[in-house]
Amino acid sequence: MPEWLDDFLWTYQNLVHALGINGLLALSMYVVLAVGQLSLGQAAFMGLGAYSSVLLTLKLDLPFLAVLPLSCVAPVLFALAIGVPTLRLSGVYLAIATIGLGEVLRAVYLNVDWLGGALGLSGIPGRAESWMIFGLLGVAILALWAVGRSAIGRAMAAIREDETAAQVMGINLARYRLGALLASAVLAGLAGALGAHSSSFIGPNEYGFEPAVTILSFALLGGIGTPLGPVVGAWILTLLPEVLRGFSDLRLVFNGVIIVLAVLFLPEGLLALRMRRHAA
Amino acid sequence: MTTLLRTLALTLHYAGLFAVDRVDLNVQPGSVHALIGPNGAGKTTLFNLISGLVAPTEGTVLFRGLDVTSLPADRRTALGLARTFQTSRIFGAMTVLENVLTGLQPRCFAGLIATVLRTPAFYREERALVARARDTLHMVGLSARADLPAATLPHGEQRLLEIARAIAPEPALLLLDEPAAGMNPAETAALANLVRRIRDLGTSVLLVEHDMGFVMDISDAVTVLNFGRCIFQGTPAAARQAPEVMEAYLGQKVAARLAARAPRMTV
Ligand SMILES: Nc1ncnc2c1ncn2[C@@H]1O[C@H](COP(=O)(O)OP(=O)(O)O)[C@@H](O)[C@H]1O
Ligand SMILES: [Mg+2]
Repeated sequence: MPEWLDDFLWTYQNLVHALGINGLLALSMYVVLAVGQLSLGQAAFMGLGAYSSVLLTLKLDLPFLAVLPLSCVAPVLFALAIGVPTLRLSGVYLAIATIGLGEVLRAVYLNVDWLGGALGLSGIPGRAESWMIFGLLGVAILALWAVGRSAIGRAMAAIREDETAAQVMGINLARYRLGALLASAVLAGLAGALGAHSSSFIGPNEYGFEPAVTILSFALLGGIGTPLGPVVGAWILTLLPEVLRGFSDLRLVFNGVIIVLAVLFLPEGLLALRMRRHAA
Repeated sequence: MTTLLRTLALTLHYAGLFAVDRVDLNVQPGSVHALIGPNGAGKTTLFNLISGLVAPTEGTVLFRGLDVTSLPADRRTALGLARTFQTSRIFGAMTVLENVLTGLQPRCFAGLIATVLRTPAFYREERALVARARDTLHMVGLSARADLPAATLPHGEQRLLEIARAIAPEPALLLLDEPAAGMNPAETAALANLVRRIRDLGTSVLLVEHDMGFVMDISDAVTVLNFGRCIFQGTPAAARQAPEVMEAYLGQKVAARLAARAPRMTV
């Protein structure tokens, strides 16, 4: 690695890691939106990944490359428990079922001693490396891009446009919705583990409703035409507070305004690129 | 010859209304079968019951000898059932070709891993799908429109696209709900030819249509519904003579005149 890049990464390591991790979170939102569903549980999935990964590291001292895949287990189990009953139905049931998930889990983290209570868990070794974060982000972008340009992607686009017509095309709606939610739980779980092992501490307040709204605004700002859109949205919203230091108190207001503006004026996102699925 | 589609005492009861009332329908393979009847007779509801979008209150749907009554719509499509809607439900944001490719979903087998890894098998299947989709567009005369956004097509072509999307996987039975509605006479004549070609290629057709010339011209069998009940089943020639059919339609004319005075909702 050239010396200047090394220096740069050292100085801005937190910000660089945040860009990659928020990119993964934006993608975890994207896969759910791509089948026409809305989840407000992305931060909760991330929190499950973060807490379980930290316990595996601190209590069992597992190597981080084993911890990473295991950190997806808890988010996936919660996604199954919430998704199986709600995703059979059309409508906003997933959004309703996930809206309180982050706050419920926050109460659990706060009140269970071995989860650290209000103090959270600290002394986490910084085992998340930039190459892991950006490697996973790159793989996720490529995989989602490949899925978008295929029969599976066409089925997802059909579900977004007209669920009844999609079903008549032979598309099993529940299967696609649940598959998307599970993929989203995996991405959020990985992001949680990587985030936790980038900072030395995690606490119960990092995974509630507020970060869930921030993650939603990543995807809405970038648009869901291609998987790159949400990642760019995440990067803009991660860099802006750094540029506009001093306005950090207004962050949530800012995210709220973005959601409203995006829904009103940019229904396809900032990168109003449509997903082109020209086959072969 | 086994019956392709059979409904046995098929019934759907909405609050205070039998939209479909003990209907026994038999569609033979290789036929064009017309389903006619006044507005509100229950034709679209019967289509929804057959295609699995609505569950019946009572009764049975047999398709290719299988009891599909409790199968969801997507499983029935996989068995070879296809349909269009009374008001087109094409995917407007997709291109014309992508619409037909989406209709080929029953022929898509590439799994998630093959798709992500872009295996040779994935490309082979995708090429075969595109070839089939282009053939189907050619058949309905929309080849030149393949790469246009579907929403930009004029009405008549959107209806043809919806038919192309439905027949692309070569279903055993195609349900057409008022396919000629809003078409001019030239388009209607072309549609009649298309329906015959679809039948000759091995897809039986059950269609709802108000244009009696069209129905008499292309149908091998006619079923007449009125107030959810099947009041006639037979040949087009016999339907023309049947007094109960005349009555249903005359009643309709009077009713239409009355209803024209009050705003009405169509479902
Ligand atoms: N979702 C519904 N709820 C209540 N009544 C309905 C519903 N859908 C249709 N109907 C009624 O069922 C009857 C049959 O409607 P429909 O099948 O659309 O008739 P057709 O297609 O023959 O014109 C009508 O009286 C209609 O008002
Ligand atoms: Mg109708």
